[in-house]
Amino acid sequence: MTVFLSQSFTGISIGAVLLLIALGLSLTFGQMGVINMAHGEFIMAGAYTTYVLQQSIGGAGVSLLLSLPLAFLVAGAMGVLLEWLLIRHLYARPLDTLLVTWGVSLFLQQLARDIFGAPNVQVRAPEWLTGNVRLIGGEHPFTLAHNRIFILALALAALVSLALTLRVSPLGRRIRAVVQHRDLAEASGIATARVDRVTFFIGSGLAGLAGVALTLVGPIGPTMGTNLIIDAFLVVVVGGIGRLRGAVIAAFALGVLQAVVEYSATVSVAKVTVLVGIVAFLQWRPQGISTLRTRSLV
Amino acid sequence: MMSEHELKSLEITDLRVTFDGFRAVDGVSLRVGPGDLRFLIGPNGAGKTTLVDAVTGLAAAGGSVRFGGNELLGRPVHRIARLGIGRTFQTATVFEKLSVLQNLDIAAGARRPLRTLLRQRRGIPEEVGRALETVGLTADRDRPAGTLAHGKKQWLEIGMLLVQDVQLLLLDEPVAGMSHEEREATGELLRRIGRDRTVVVIEHDMDFLRAFASSVTVLHAGRVLSEGTVAEVQADPRVQEVYLGQPPETVPESVAAATPGVTAEAAAAGGAVEA
Amino acid sequence: MTATTRPDAATAAGPAATSPRRARWRAPLGFALGALLLFAVAPAVLSDFRLSLLAKYLCFAIVAIGISLAWGRGGMLTLGQGLFFGLGGYAMAMHLKLADAGPGQLPDFMLLYGDSDTLPWWWAPFASPAVALAGVVLLPAALAVLIGYFVFRRRVRGAYFAILSQALAFAFSLLLIGQQATTGGTNGLTNFQGFFGYSLLDPVNKRMIYFLIAGVLLGLMALTRQIFLSRYGELLVAVRDSEERVRFLGYDPTLVKLFAYVYSAVMAGMAGALFVPAVGIISPALIGVVPSIEFLIGAAIGGRASLPGAALGAIAVAWAQTTLSEEFPAGWTYFQALLFIVVVAFLPGGLASLGRLLPRRPRLRSRRAPGADPEPEPDPREAPARSGPATAAASSSTTTAKEAGA
Repeated sequence: MTVFLSQSFTGISIGAVLLLIALGLSLTFGQMGVINMAHGEFIMAGAYTTYVLQQSIGGAGVSLLLSLPLAFLVAGAMGVLLEWLLIRHLYARPLDTLLVTWGVSLFLQQLARDIFGAPNVQVRAPEWLTGNVRLIGGEHPFTLAHNRIFILALALAALVSLALTLRVSPLGRRIRAVVQHRDLAEASGIATARVDRVTFFIGSGLAGLAGVALTLVGPIGPTMGTNLIIDAFLVVVVGGIGRLRGAVIAAFALGVLQAVVEYSATVSVAKVTVLVGIVAFLQWRPQGISTLRTRSLV
Repeated sequence: MMSEHELKSLEITDLRVTFDGFRAVDGVSLRVGPGDLRFLIGPNGAGKTTLVDAVTGLAAAGGSVRFGGNELLGRPVHRIARLGIGRTFQTATVFEKLSVLQNLDIAAGARRPLRTLLRQRRGIPEEVGRALETVGLTADRDRPAGTLAHGKKQWLEIGMLLVQDVQLLLLDEPVAGMSHEEREATGELLRRIGRDRTVVVIEHDMDFLRAFASSVTVLHAGRVLSEGTVAEVQADPRVQEVYLGQPPETVPESVAAATPGVTAEAAAAGGAVEA
Repeated sequence: MTATTRPDAATAAGPAATSPRRARWRAPLGFALGALLLFAVAPAVLSDFRLSLLAKYLCFAIVAIGISLAWGRGGMLTLGQGLFFGLGGYAMAMHLKLADAGPGQLPDFMLLYGDSDTLPWWWAPFASPAVALAGVVLLPAALAVLIGYFVFRRRVRGAYFAILSQALAFAFSLLLIGQQATTGGTNGLTNFQGFFGYSLLDPVNKRMIYFLIAGVLLGLMALTRQIFLSRYGELLVAVRDSEERVRFLGYDPTLVKLFAYVYSAVMAGMAGALFVPAVGIISPALIGVVPSIEFLIGAAIGGRASLPGAALGAIAVAWAQTTLSEEFPAGWTYFQALLFIVVVAFLPGGLASLGRLLPRRPRLRSRRAPGADPEPEPDPREAPARSGPATAAASSSTTTAKEAGA
């Protein structure tokens, strides 16, 4: 029982990281139809930002807290640059965008290798994140690790701020307008190009945050983004585009499913099971968990 | 290729289509016999296009739609098409990157045996040549369909229905955006085609309707408002009320007939959004 | 008129779009030239080592041919061809391993890692050469039918399809790594001694394998070209550009797409099977996410919708990777990434479309219109609202020729 609980909690914290990554993807995919394969390298950028900050400041706690806004900015700036350099030329060709951004991801990985070296590096976790909370004691204890709680809290905070931004701020209204009807939004005087860029900034920044979170549970390396990006895309596919709710449900569902199957079988069997599950799910709901209803037929 | 097949009629009984609780088509019953050139009119949101969508399998619907004894509802789109039912769209939808000839050849191909698919096309198949003549696109045969003028695209769509050898044609605003001469030509074409087929036309252009319709069905808010010949429908006070938004007694009967160029679309401005 | 009908030169047409008079000569000439280079020139000038490298590149070219049909023509971004390449490769490798070990014996690596001294049931059939060869074709085909049917039937397409195929390739490579005792894990299957009775240590036999691969490549090129030119090839373009419209003509687009997808899977499977004796290894690192995308790079750079473009692109990129990465490993990655980015973003027709950008004299009216744009996009240019029949007819000859120009 407690084993199952522990696995579920591990799954939830995997889901939290997936959610951070998928929120950004869902935002850009939903608004612009852009599949950004370099999103994984924005995660990497966030992680390396944390690493560099710790190297230069020293204090694990301070540098971690400082790296949150900084990683958001760094990854966000990279996103804006990418959007401005390449993606805005390719809005009509989503599949080509996917390939081009994959080329960018290849480029950025090599860049990371040249700057930080190919071997993985580690970030020291601050004291206050190393312990755990014991919920059930005894022979089979059920404990929640502090770092995983932190990640979960970070993901939820990001989710809430994003949801609030979308719902109440003028910027959010503009973003939602563009998602729902780009042409109409443009005709109503919304500078869609600028909204796109801001969306890209936020989405990429969230990937940077995910990078910070990942430094708490694993090593940092040039290819750390590639493995996560597929899972995050699966979250977007299952969640459906254009709505946050779908991404949230899908991220936690996939995280828990993955962790539970992984415990009872192996990592590879878990991955295959999850995939088969997704294909089966798409038979039932090809558009994902939730989508915006539009009146167009296509 | 014409008149080899028995003539069939389209029988719609109590058709219902609902979108999110909104009843786009609300119990329509309709019978269109062979050789009929039926016009379907009505203000925006009356459910005309939705009705065609339901018949061709694009929109899920309740009730019954039979053509030549076959129930259409519940079949996938391509199976309905194979029963000899074809349609065009409000915005002409052709394969833009392919030539006119290739467009027609593909339309003709669904009936051919599978092995012909794997061979190269040699020359111009007979039925394709005939359709090129019929719709007057012989000279444009090798042009990419995307470069055709708007009117010609619509003719190409009709040509595709001809080579498809459909017995029921459902045309969604076939003359929208056409010049006067093009409209005339299209009307003549429809008349010729309609002799041994069943043709249903959604149209807003009243001149066009008066010139070529053999019968008219008026839809309003998802229901049949009126049905009959052009004259009968025009004389129906309910139709005048729907179209002109005024009680019939204040509108001289001639108004509806004597406003050339005023399309139903314009007249019904303020109607609901087209479903 | 010209402004409205001028085709987008960068994205137009493939080999099918040549005027027939030229095409009649060009294709046989191209094949003759290809055969001459592959069968006479390359064996004469290349060392045994370089020739076996070329054999490897030709395997990638076979994958690219399949990609060209499914992606270039069909618009399906097959991001997971490694899955099928791996199925074909492992089917062949398992047979070679069993043949090396001899009847009743276990392959060497199983003795090393295995915890059981019996052969797993799913290895046993591959002892038969016939089963192994059938498996090379049938395993990828069967899996592609299964995946494709369920995916296309529910109209999962575009990026969704691409991501799913990529995830499947990823999962497959993980699965192989996880089952080290029976698949060799990360190391894969390697150290093959013989190939259907011929020793792989004999340089003469290695050359014969090169010739075999070159022959298969040319044969498959010819076959695929027929499919490009067939009615099916046109229908596939139609499905790519407007799947819904095709449905209303009475076709089931699921089946149309399925054929191209399965065809490309079988190509990849055969390539994987030939790769095994030519290179001497098949491992998860050769079939995961990165190699799967790399299969696309060659096709994209060469020209996804052009058969020779895709094949030559695959060969050239693989060749450049080997030679350049030997000397500048980091530099090569940057170069490859930048080339890929620039070509896909700004020259979607690939290098094969460069010729079309050059000014050329108008040609005679072509009978085959273009049909091979790399990406299904609506034409942003509106057709003129009205054009007299006369002008339209007059301009059509030049515009078609231009658009059709290969």
